[in-house]
Amino acid sequence: MVEWIVSVLLLIGGAFVLVGSIGLVKMPDFFMRLHGPTKATTLGMACLLTASMVFFSHTQAGLSMKEILISLFLLLTAPISAYMMIKSAIHHKVNSIKRTQGIDNIEDDV
Amino acid sequence: MSSDSSLKWLPSPFLSLLLFVVWLLLNNSLSAGHILLAVVLAIVIPLAISPFRTKQPLIAKPGLAFRHLMLVLYDIITANVQVAFLILGPTKRLTPGFVKVPLDLTHSTPITILASTVSLTPGTVSAEVYPWEESLSEGEAPKQQYLLIHVLNLEDETKLITTIKERYEAPLKEIFQC
Amino acid sequence: MLETVILVVFAMIGVSLLLNLWRLLVGPSVPDRILALDTMYINSIALIVLYGMSLGTSLYFEAALLIAMLGFVSTVAICKYLLRGDIIE
Repeated sequence: MVEWIVSVLLLIGGAFVLVGSIGLVKMPDFFMRLHGPTKATTLGMACLLTASMVFFSHTQAGLSMKEILISLFLLLTAPISAYMMIKSAIHHKVNSIKRTQGIDNIEDDV
Repeated sequence: MSSDSSLKWLPSPFLSLLLFVVWLLLNNSLSAGHILLAVVLAIVIPLAISPFRTKQPLIAKPGLAFRHLMLVLYDIITANVQVAFLILGPTKRLTPGFVKVPLDLTHSTPITILASTVSLTPGTVSAEVYPWEESLSEGEAPKQQYLLIHVLNLEDETKLITTIKERYEAPLKEIFQC
Repeated sequence: MLETVILVVFAMIGVSLLLNLWRLLVGPSVPDRILALDTMYINSIALIVLYGMSLGTSLYFEAALLIAMLGFVSTVAICKYLLRGDIIE
């Protein structure tokens, strides 16, 4: 039973990590590429770490809760690094594709 | 908005709680020695660093904060599945866009939390808070602030803005009482 | 069964690391390359956790935690450098 739970969680997590990287390669401009890694990869990592938590709680004596720390850390830092990257992209005036709407909403920085 | 804790020896109770839990998780044990050490660390570290911390607003309603956290976690899961399908689907049909969301929040901590929530949920990444703090002159009252977000697939701009304001901003306003 | 699943997930993460490497080498702008590096370190955490599971030891947990922290700090440092031309002003 535990083996099934771990396998399903691992496969879901691996699929999400893969989808994030596919988005990184497939999307046409930087701002769209940013969506894949920040969202899909974070959830994928959470699934993988939950799988590891269940696995080690089952095979070793006692609960293994340490993996929650990595999940929490990734969940907290993913938006911040995304914010830093999009800020530096706006600062360097990275091109976005033609059909992007509301491009005038970007103000010039100081 | 209250920013001072009532207890003098416990300047920031949530930081202390976080330190306590993280220490126990790092050592992965519940033995008496580790619990004692965690209590000592959770009291000593906030006391030692309190002089050079900027004042943070306290959470006024912990129950509502917990409910909001659960809602956000649920939204993260559903939004991730949506984004995964958007990524795997045809790229040509996506209509990306930048949207300005007017903010009712005034303090920087709730704005940071709102920006992070927006980054983790439905197809949006927060990019910038306008106006720039450097562009304000000394002592000038802060004007209406905007959050600039990038949307992966923009369909209805006004609907998106009302969703963000009602679903994520209104609870934060109530939690921090500002 | 678990051994096979772990192998399959190893392959998935390997493929995503290769895709990230492609973006790192091609990526037209500097923020693109930073994004590729950022994703690469997250994927390598996944790889380390999986390796620990396949060996049945939780010794690799600390390594994963350290990579997570250093990766985040380095991403922020490079972005700061791009924004200001200086890391510590």
